[in-house]
Amino acid sequence: MDTTAQTDYNPALTGDGADKAQALVYPRIDCKDVSVFYSGKQAVFDVSLPVYDRSVTALIGPSGCGKSTFLRCLNRMNDTIDGAKVTGEIFMDGENINSPEVDPVLLRSRVGMVFQKPNPFPKSIYDNIAYGPRIHGLVEDRQELDAIVEKSLRRAGLWQEVKDRLAQPGTSLSGGQQQRLCIARAIAVRPEVILMDEPCSSLDPIATARIEELIDELRKRYCIVIVTHSMQQAARVSQRTAFFHLGHLVEMGDTDQIFTSPRERRTEDYITGRFG
Amino acid sequence: MNNPPETSLQSEKALKRLRRRRAADTRFRMYGLAALGFALFSLVFLISAIAWKASGAVTYHVVKTDIVLTPERIAPDGNASPEEITRNIEGFYTLVRDDLFAHFPNAGDSLAVRQDFSALVDRLAVLPLARRVARHPSLIGQSVTVEVPVSDDVDLFLKRSSPRSIPFRIRAGAQINPGQGGGMVLAQPDLRSVRTTLTALGEQDGVPSVFVTSKGAVARLSDLGDEAATFELLAGDVADFESTPLKGLIVTVPESRRTISDLQIAWALALRSEGIIRRVPHTSLLTRTDSTYPELAGALAALVGSLLTMLVTGMVAIPMGIFAAIFLEEFAPKNRLTQLIEVNINNLAAVPSIVFGLLGATLLLGTFGLPRSAPLVGGLVLALLILPVVIIAARAALRAVPPSIRSGALAVGASRMQAVFHHVLPLAFPGMLTGAILGMARALGETAPLLLIGMVAFVAEVPSSTTDEATALPVLIYSWASNAERAWEPMTAAVIVILLALLVIMNVIVVMLRRKFERRW
Repeated sequence: MDTTAQTDYNPALTGDGADKAQALVYPRIDCKDVSVFYSGKQAVFDVSLPVYDRSVTALIGPSGCGKSTFLRCLNRMNDTIDGAKVTGEIFMDGENINSPEVDPVLLRSRVGMVFQKPNPFPKSIYDNIAYGPRIHGLVEDRQELDAIVEKSLRRAGLWQEVKDRLAQPGTSLSGGQQQRLCIARAIAVRPEVILMDEPCSSLDPIATARIEELIDELRKRYCIVIVTHSMQQAARVSQRTAFFHLGHLVEMGDTDQIFTSPRERRTEDYITGRFG
Repeated sequence: MNNPPETSLQSEKALKRLRRRRAADTRFRMYGLAALGFALFSLVFLISAIAWKASGAVTYHVVKTDIVLTPERIAPDGNASPEEITRNIEGFYTLVRDDLFAHFPNAGDSLAVRQDFSALVDRLAVLPLARRVARHPSLIGQSVTVEVPVSDDVDLFLKRSSPRSIPFRIRAGAQINPGQGGGMVLAQPDLRSVRTTLTALGEQDGVPSVFVTSKGAVARLSDLGDEAATFELLAGDVADFESTPLKGLIVTVPESRRTISDLQIAWALALRSEGIIRRVPHTSLLTRTDSTYPELAGALAALVGSLLTMLVTGMVAIPMGIFAAIFLEEFAPKNRLTQLIEVNINNLAAVPSIVFGLLGATLLLGTFGLPRSAPLVGGLVLALLILPVVIIAARAALRAVPPSIRSGALAVGASRMQAVFHHVLPLAFPGMLTGAILGMARALGETAPLLLIGMVAFVAEVPSSTTDEATALPVLIYSWASNAERAWEPMTAAVIVILLALLVIMNVIVVMLRRKFERRW
């Protein structure tokens, strides 16, 4: 295992099977010189960032530093914003997902997303999960769909709480449950990558702890990128951390390293609370 | 011990400020309440004024009698074809009138009396009977029960609305003597109240008429003395007056200043006391079409015309408005062109409705040559009129759906189309529908554009398709309100009530739909 090249090292793999590790040394998503412009105004500057499979990458930084904007490049959600323009290359399995030939709809079925505020559809819990598999034609019959719904809810750690009331509206759940429902909804379409945009910022500490546990659990199967305001959260859930400031990627590395011995002065100032 | 120090919370200055603020609060609440109260009062006043007027049209008087359809009258030439029968209104009319006239053998048979008598029932009132016989020729020679409305003057008089009349009673005790020339004399009658009323009314352009009735007999006061009152018999027999107490009626307007003569009043009163003229629910208001005679007129044609017009309007404006809104809100790029369109839609909503009427008249009637007075054209014009309203309401409804729902759908891999049609539209639908129905309600009440495209025509046939000649309820209100006869007043109010009822129904539908489909998030 090549441990000298910082960017090619995946800490999540230590102790795992060597063959698997070998396959996952290369980044799942590799961003090269990504810049984002909103109506001509540049918000993200030439960010190059590898994201590894079966691990959590945290994006931290003060408000307005472009970390959410960058996150939204990874599933082309910026396409839906008028006047937004993304340049640079984002490789996923060797394909540039930022190229105009790539269908963002197809991409989004492989790159799921969970938002800052829980946004379940105002439909039943069941339909919330079943919607994605239905529109992508992932299921043949009702039984398969039932199975997907159950599996997704189980993975999101929500099954025990809602199994008896799947017909109730998703909006009737508590905030934390709603957020887990949204995670289940994202899982249901069998994505490879899950993007989380401050998934705990509207939740109380107990619900946050549950989500964090869940993220840790999901890490075993998915590639997760999480934007967070809380440095403790980044330290708790992520294996790698990238620090953004004013649209620039200042520093990235193993989470331990970023929080214990940051190389950049700005990183140190931020994580010690001197600004931000 | 000193007094407690004056804290800032209780200081004179703070309290004064507090008082002033509370006074301002109260004042503001009062303004609000006053405005609300005034609005409520106006509404209640308006509704009750209309309802009060319309109540006069809830019932009306009809003549109900049995007549024998003699073939000599109905088919004088022996030609019993349906067309000939329908054309022979005069024959049916004579049958009915002669049947009624037979109740007054003492009336004399001069032409003037007959003409006077004919005014009790209008000629056209027998048209439905003629049509019925034309459909069923087997009725000829049979005895049938006919129900024909009395003329509006008689109806208004019997309802005591015009000319106004004041009832009174003559208690038992008056002695009845036959007077000279078939009249009668009441000795020692207690007629002080009548005398007071007559004095109060004065004698402008003639003396008010005073009638007494008993059973089928009616007599008119000709001389009111201290000891005796002399009456002139107008209908029936003196013997009928034997049964006291007698009922009396003072008609406040002198004969020369009203359209109904004393003799006609006497006949009407006599027929009513015999049960031939009776008051029935005025259902013909909803089952008949327009007429020049108020008692024969109904709002059916206008009601159907309005519904047909609304059908066209709804079918054009609702889908068009909703799709335009969806496109503008969800798919159109935000650029100069769409901004221009948006501004113009807002401007269109403020264009006076008559302008749309002009547009319809020149474009739809002139250029495209669509039929005049047709619900099709009216519906199209009204659709144009409410289109901006529908678009604006639908866009507001779409905008009210939180963007997080769209993002959520997109993030699980829904296309933009799927996100809109699966998630946004169901949520926006109640709001869109509300806007659409409120727009329709506005269209239902519009008059000006319909006037310009000729939907003000007199329509005697119920329109059966959107290209038939038709009129609409508000236009009917307009044309009835401009008629001179008093009888149109309650009729107009009744149509207003029908229109208001339709509007209320539409609004109730809006509320119910919103309750049913509204989802919260």
